[in-house]
Amino acid sequence: MELLVSLGIGLIAGVGVYLMLRRRTFPVVLGLAMLSYAVNTFLFASGRLVSGAPPVLTKDATTYADPLPQALVLTAIVISFGMTAVVVLLSLGAFLSAETDAIDIEKLDAEGGAPAADRAG
Amino acid sequence: MSHWIVAPIILPALVGAFTLLGLRHDLLLQRVAGLAGTAGLVFLALVLWAGTAGGAIESYELGSWPAPFGIVLVADRLAALMVLLTAVLGLMVLAYVTASGWDGRGRHFHALYQFQLMGLMGAMLTGDVFNLFVFFEILLIASYGLMIHAGGRMRLRAGVQYVVVNLAGSTLFLFALGAIYGIFGTLNMADMAARVGELPEGDMALLRVSAALLVLVFLLKGGLVPLHFWLPNTYALAPAPVAALFAIMTKVGAYSVIRVYTLVFPPGTAGTGTMVADILMPFALVTLALGALGVLAGGTLGRVTAFSALASMGTLFAAVAGFGPEGLAAALYYLIHSTLAGAALFLVVDQVRARRGSSALVARPPMAGTGLVAAAYFAAAIAVAGMPPLSGFLGKLMVLDALRGHESWVWVWAVVLVGSLVIVVGFARAGSILFWKAHDGSTAPAAQPAEPADRPDPAATSGWAMAALALPLVAVAALTVLAGPVHGQMQAIAAQLGDRAAYVRAVLGPEAGVAVETATPDEDQ
Repeated sequence: MELLVSLGIGLIAGVGVYLMLRRRTFPVVLGLAMLSYAVNTFLFASGRLVSGAPPVLTKDATTYADPLPQALVLTAIVISFGMTAVVVLLSLGAFLSAETDAIDIEKLDAEGGAPAADRAG
Repeated sequence: MSHWIVAPIILPALVGAFTLLGLRHDLLLQRVAGLAGTAGLVFLALVLWAGTAGGAIESYELGSWPAPFGIVLVADRLAALMVLLTAVLGLMVLAYVTASGWDGRGRHFHALYQFQLMGLMGAMLTGDVFNLFVFFEILLIASYGLMIHAGGRMRLRAGVQYVVVNLAGSTLFLFALGAIYGIFGTLNMADMAARVGELPEGDMALLRVSAALLVLVFLLKGGLVPLHFWLPNTYALAPAPVAALFAIMTKVGAYSVIRVYTLVFPPGTAGTGTMVADILMPFALVTLALGALGVLAGGTLGRVTAFSALASMGTLFAAVAGFGPEGLAAALYYLIHSTLAGAALFLVVDQVRARRGSSALVARPPMAGTGLVAAAYFAAAIAVAGMPPLSGFLGKLMVLDALRGHESWVWVWAVVLVGSLVIVVGFARAGSILFWKAHDGSTAPAAQPAEPADRPDPAATSGWAMAALALPLVAVAALTVLAGPVHGQMQAIAAQLGDRAAYVRAVLGPEAGVAVETATPDEDQ
């Protein structure tokens, strides 16, 4: 089980890193989402992999699953979900106002990098 | 147990939520609530400062859950200093924002500002690394909103870069936390400090990996080369007063490095050794050199100032990399100075943009009120560059003096001194183009207002805005005059950071402190 989980995490993280290094916003956002899946699973596994064991005290249980990583993952999921929403909206805003979805700012203003005016408009 | 410790987090949270829900349609009431809340925060910070000034370390258990199981907030001298600095800077910048009318150029400025302060306060007071992550996220979410305040094409695009870089950083932070929890079985910093000496030999590789991952995250926030790429665009394209507040955001990275790598992984820990100090020093010097070159080459005053912020982080991290008590004391003095001076310079940038339409370094006819703005620029640039007589000079002197015994002191001295010279030349070039060439008759015609939504607004250049701009300069002057007593306080902070056992005792109780004392007998190395 350890091998399967670690390979899975590695695969998703690899896909995430690859997508994050693309130069347009859509793949980058997808890559960030993939990375957050990978890290959530990784956090979950940091309490050691135990299957079929209760996370809370019961009378007849002999082994327990660590409940703390589950709480951490919950927090991490909420935060990464909210952040994904923010970055999607922000990329849309940038795309609609700049009419390009490239992440790179290749050309600064002719004056050497002042926030370029919406002078044309 | 004193409830004062949690107050600096709760107050901005309440004020922010109240502003958002109850005052969203009335800018005047928002201003009153924001200024009153931030002034209250300064008061709370002073109370915390007074409470820890005697050397006491106070721990606050949220929900009364006992220490390693629940989340703790810890107020020691370092946390109190950072809270006070943040509150004072927050109040000064908010005064400027209110006076110059920046808060009216987009929505929800005051609510976002309070949430930003809440995240900063929490990050500095928490005693738990997962909680540190959560407060980082709070301050980042608020900073995304502030960064793109008032909108504009380039600002939104720079905002996307800023958010993406920080999301990647947050993911890295979570990987580090997962690895740390896997090894330590705890995320409470004091508990980690108590256990780090007892880890089995087989976990050393993982320990090194997680310590390295964690320092990468903090250095990303601190803008250290090669993790600095987000910084110049963000600072140059954010609204200038927001960039002035962001002067404290890079310092949060420095604070986290100081906190975690003196408490949990101090130099000499089995497994990590001096790894972090060894990484920090060369990259800090490269950061300083790159920042200095950027100051010389920047095409606008905004960009020049952004690179000077980068250079100051280089100096700061070089002093931190010494990790000795003298190095940390010098680093903390320089941290206060560079926060205030950097903020002052960004406010000057805002005045230049408001008065001549753009901060591009191209000769143009003189702007209105050139003399006053030039004087403010002169003072702020002297402070940032580290020329006498202001506190930048004293700060750099302390850093150089503290690193005299360091093995690579020749490099440190060379880079800091040559870097300072380059920065002075860069600032002189920028200032002479902006303020002097305007008078020699060969100037280009006045440009249209360049920055989107930053067009001159009568309030932006008012006397009140200039008065608010003077506040950080006055603070820098005070820091210069009171350098002796302040440096004495910084030495007390550094001494307290060297005493890990006291921190662990304060959080976990007397027995745990004994374990730390016996585990690392020799921590002043």
